Amino acid sequence: MAQEALAVKTEELTRVFRLRKREAREGRREILALDRVNLEVPRGELFGLLGPNGAGKTTLIKILATLLAPTSGRAFVAGVDVVANPAEVRRHINMVCGGETSGYGLLTVEENLWMFAQFYGIPSREARRRIRELLSLVGLADRAKTKVYHLSSGMRQKMNIVRGFLTDPEILFLDEPTLGLDVQTARTIREFVRNWLREHPDRTILLTTHYMHEADELCDRVAIIDRGRILACAAPSELKHMLQREAVFRLYVEGVADARAALDGMPGVRALAQEAEDGRLRLDLILAEEGVLVSVLSRLQEAGAKLAELRKEEPTLEDVFLALVGRRLTEGTP
Amino acid sequence: MRRLREAWQGFKVGTWLGWQIESNWTEPFLFAIYSVIKPVAGVLILVFMYLVVAQGGLQNPLFPQVFLGTTFYLYVVNVLSGISWTVTDDREHYGMLKYAYMAPMHFYGYLLGRGMAKTLVATISVLITLAFGIVFLRVQLSFRNPGLLLVGLPLGLAALAFYGILLAGVSLLIARHGWMVGDVVAGGLYLLCGTAFPLSLLPSPFRALGLGLPPTYWLEALRRALLGQGLHPELSALSDAQLLLILTGATVLGIALSVGIFRAAERVAARRGLLDMQTMY
Ligand SMILES: Nc1ncnc2c1ncn2[C@@H]1O[C@H](COP(=O)(O)OP(=O)(O)OP(=O)(O)O)[C@@H](O)[C@H]1O
Ligand SMILES: [Mg+2]
Repeated sequence: MAQEALAVKTEELTRVFRLRKREAREGRREILALDRVNLEVPRGELFGLLGPNGAGKTTLIKILATLLAPTSGRAFVAGVDVVANPAEVRRHINMVCGGETSGYGLLTVEENLWMFAQFYGIPSREARRRIRELLSLVGLADRAKTKVYHLSSGMRQKMNIVRGFLTDPEILFLDEPTLGLDVQTARTIREFVRNWLREHPDRTILLTTHYMHEADELCDRVAIIDRGRILACAAPSELKHMLQREAVFRLYVEGVADARAALDGMPGVRALAQEAEDGRLRLDLILAEEGVLVSVLSRLQEAGAKLAELRKEEPTLEDVFLALVGRRLTEGTP
Repeated sequence: MRRLREAWQGFKVGTWLGWQIESNWTEPFLFAIYSVIKPVAGVLILVFMYLVVAQGGLQNPLFPQVFLGTTFYLYVVNVLSGISWTVTDDREHYGMLKYAYMAPMHFYGYLLGRGMAKTLVATISVLITLAFGIVFLRVQLSFRNPGLLLVGLPLGLAALAFYGILLAGVSLLIARHGWMVGDVVAGGLYLLCGTAFPLSLLPSPFRALGLGLPPTYWLEALRRALLGQGLHPELSALSDAQLLLILTGATVLGIALSVGIFRAAERVAARRGLLDMQTMY
């Protein structure tokens, strides 16, 4: 069956959250968290969902993990309908969520993990072998006998990562696996994920993140998601290639606090983001072509801005997002 | 077949985890407080009230009845309410409900296992309280009817576990105040099921309600088995076998209701996104 070759497939997947009256946001009682999402993730892929806060990443993962029912549309994991047959889906998956403090604090790391392996019916001896191996791979072996409430949040997160891989799932969902971790720990985890997939090429990982480096560095393909909609989906290099004909510049100017008024709506300016930095204003510009820069600079000069620095940048996924959405990733969903 | 194996798996790991959490052997002091001192203190409060209110003191034939009812009521709190607290605890406190839930093990079996652990811990409390009563309060147990005890006790405990899962289903739907379900039900049963006083003291609508609740019959069976006679004249017409039949019926009903209601609750919880709701953090 064609569907079996796909680890994940969604058809017009939609999720609406209804809010209570007193929870209404700007008068709206309904949040469209996922808006007719169509995705196909073949087996063996490390697929990334890149989007700002509130984009709908976690909502999608929860539906695929059988924790949340869709409002409409369908989703298949390992070829199985998540609504019609959740028990079967659960035999193929596992999930790790970053930035949370889950776990039984009064059990040790080893006990927590062993218990979790029992959830999946993994024989005790095999479970202990895997726990030892995985703990040493993430550098937590010396904490095996430590009670979980004594762990730092980074260590807890490493334990949770081990929890995800322990069951050797066909399809693994990682929801912001490096959220809130220090650089070193995040790197360890990324490296671990990459190596694991190299050694298990038939496994699939669906990872969400709002760090563009993470998506760029790790993922075979990336879907850019905003306000519940998939805006683009391709390999990171292809996504960046979309901006090839355009020109990406970074400017630092002095003397103005806001350049939007001057540049918004100018012909040839595809997207603009600005941010105050060290008393100057940083402008990230995506232009239809390099030639537009001349008129941009003169327009800025008219507005009283003085150019302090100008760089031509290689396009990043951040720029792709900016070009698609008109906001920076880190700005979140308004 | 596979589902059965997953149910057994869930039961085993639920029991293990429950035991680890409940017994918390690393802190023997806390464990002693919860399983020994607290129940015994509860009985002592009752004794005190009894000496003040009732005539004849501990010699009053009502006293052993009340003592026994209160002691076995420990099971109601620990098992019935305990299982429903598990859902709130796992979801809110440990953040683990979603992981247990999305694992291939049978979640219902897992909850039964957690109930099993609660039953074991409650048994320790009950035995200690009984021993305390026998030694210090001169309560005399007759063991007149060991058959009634051997069948009635486990039957009632199983029923408590099934109704506990039913309550767990309800708790699942009450995001923030899920623990209240267990508290309210435990309190209600204490008053309505003839735990510490005869049903005849209740206003008649409440008495009728009490007569409709299985724990009333369970406590009556235990009283007959351990003291030689029951507490409620309303039930004296029933033979021991009839009591057991009622308990069996209640247990079977409990299985059916808990499976049905828990399933429905799961579906609603998934629709509303309640399975991983954390409201306290
Ligand atoms: N249980 C809920 N009730 C109401 N609204 C919700 C619920 N869960 C999510 N939402 C809303 O749905 C939208 C999508 O949320 P979601 O958690 O999927 O975003 P996300 O992409 O994971 O964001 P983040 O990067 O912050 O984790 C948001 O507007 C969020 O507020
Ligand atoms: Mg999220």
